[in-house]
Amino acid sequence: MGFFLETLFGGLMAGMLYSLVALGFVLIYKASGVFNFAQGAMVLFAALAMARFAEWFPKWFGFESLLLANLLAFVAAMAMMVVLAWAIERFCLSKLVNQEGITLLMATLGIAYFLDGFGQTLFGSDIYSINVGMPKDPAFVMESMFEGGVMISKEDLVAAAVSALLVIVLALFFQKTKTGRALRAVADDHQAAQSIGIPLNRIWVIVWSVAGFAALIAGIIWGSKLGVQFTLSLVALKALPVVILGGLTSVPGAIIGGLIIGVGEKLSEIYIGPMLGGGIEIWFAYVLALGFLLLRPQGLFGEKIIDRV
Amino acid sequence: MLYRENGQFKTSYAADQQIFPILQDRWALGLLLLVAFVVMPLVGSEYFFRAILIPFLILALAALGLNILVGYCGQISLGTGAFMAVGAYAAYNFMVRIDGMPLIVAMLLGGLCATVIGVLFGIPSLRIKGLYLAVATLAAQFFTDWAFLRIGWFTNNSTSGSVSVANLNVFGIPIESPVSKYLFCLVVVCLFALMAKNLTRSAIGRQWMAIRDMDVAAAVIGIRPVYAKLTAFAVSSFIVGVAGVLWAFVYLGAWEPAAFSIDRSFQLLFMVIIGGLGSISGAFLGAAFMVLLPVVLDQLPHWLGIPISTATVSHLVHMIFGALIVFFLIVEPHGLAKLWSVGKQKMRLWPFPH
Repeated sequence: MGFFLETLFGGLMAGMLYSLVALGFVLIYKASGVFNFAQGAMVLFAALAMARFAEWFPKWFGFESLLLANLLAFVAAMAMMVVLAWAIERFCLSKLVNQEGITLLMATLGIAYFLDGFGQTLFGSDIYSINVGMPKDPAFVMESMFEGGVMISKEDLVAAAVSALLVIVLALFFQKTKTGRALRAVADDHQAAQSIGIPLNRIWVIVWSVAGFAALIAGIIWGSKLGVQFTLSLVALKALPVVILGGLTSVPGAIIGGLIIGVGEKLSEIYIGPMLGGGIEIWFAYVLALGFLLLRPQGLFGEKIIDRV
Repeated sequence: MLYRENGQFKTSYAADQQIFPILQDRWALGLLLLVAFVVMPLVGSEYFFRAILIPFLILALAALGLNILVGYCGQISLGTGAFMAVGAYAAYNFMVRIDGMPLIVAMLLGGLCATVIGVLFGIPSLRIKGLYLAVATLAAQFFTDWAFLRIGWFTNNSTSGSVSVANLNVFGIPIESPVSKYLFCLVVVCLFALMAKNLTRSAIGRQWMAIRDMDVAAAVIGIRPVYAKLTAFAVSSFIVGVAGVLWAFVYLGAWEPAAFSIDRSFQLLFMVIIGGLGSISGAFLGAAFMVLLPVVLDQLPHWLGIPISTATVSHLVHMIFGALIVFFLIVEPHGLAKLWSVGKQKMRLWPFPH
């Protein structure tokens, strides 16, 4: 039982991290109808920027403080993501308005290639580390109930807390601010939003910046866990089943989908994996999502797809 | 002045229905085939065959298969690499486990196995649409990656899933030299291109296009979505499977599951989109573009005499590649085939502007 709970917690934590990446997908899809394959590349790019700036700033300006270095690096990385968002909107998306979904999808794949190359040319392609002071040691809880208790990595706990915080901040931003209201209006209906004077281009820059922010947070957390390297951009592939399971247009869907996938993946790896020869984590999430989709083609919380003739 | 159908009258139904109704097109095609079949084997160097022509032909075949699914039937698939892998490993098993299995039979059987898997993973398309389907087809990709790596039976219990074939021959003619490999691929590709072109002009092809344009409306006028979608998946994965066999047997010789990874699927989708959705010639143009671009980009610093380290070059190639793809999508979202047809239209009217 203790072991089961441990796996369950591990799955929930991993699920929170998936939702973090999935959020980026959902934000952009909602606001601009673009299925953003570059989200993984953005995570890598942001993490690279963060890691390298934190390393460079103390050298350039000659100070020692780790906290200051991290803060400055965070600001610089965020600035880069905003510039990136602007560039993507200005040079790519604004020229592809009204194209079919698949063309936009391919364009984001092109952006992903570009970012992979650009990030590694700019920041180097070795493995870097991000040290934002995440606790590394495991904690034990419920020792009174089970022998030895249940082991939980504190790092995962912090990561989950940060993800939850990010979700709350985003929810507040979307519900309570003027910009958030504009974003939701654009998501509902482009033309109607435009006709009442909401500037689509600026909204797109904002939403890509917000997605860049989510990517930066995801990059910092994943990066401090796994190290900043090229494989980080593959995290996006892990988040795809989360997005379609939860529904492409739903923020809560991304969270719940992430938790379901995280738990399902870990439990299946432990309990079904040995029967099939192990390593099933990689496709299990997809098959799980596929199964769900057969029952609900729009995902758990997606808007119902209505066909009109 | 030269390219114009004026004065070319049709006097029979056969003449009215031919693939290339314009005489000049037929001449151009004949010339192209002559160059491909006769001139190329005489003048091409070994490097040219091995690094450019053979991959171009095989990837064009795979793109052709994918184009039937994506371009004609409108079902986005990101699992093309998986169907190639199924074809390759199935053909390998037929070759290894049955003595004296001819290459062509193994190739077609490999294609059939890919068809079965393709139809299986096509079933969700009846309920799931659009981008949801695209992501769902990734299930096929990751599942086959895993299966060929972990299930020993498929790879004859070789470690790491790497297998190889040797001593290929067709009707007793060995397929060993680059020229013979090239000619073999060329024949297969030509036959399949002809088949695909005729399929897309037939009733079933028109059903696919109706489903693509609006599936509810197509169902209303009496097209069965189940039949149309699944046949598209079947034909597409058969061609893709055969391309997988060629890629593994003829081009690589020895391969492992990574040869058919998700990058391959993306690459093929790029070919289809850059070449032109819903066009047979688009598959060839797209494949030529995608095969030549990395070669040119790799060689460019050499030609210009700029000393850059190889790692930087590979990153720069990534960047330029991505930027070019975005550029092409912006300039011509309908692909190179559209540019080609626009050019032809201009030629017909030349020297008049309208």
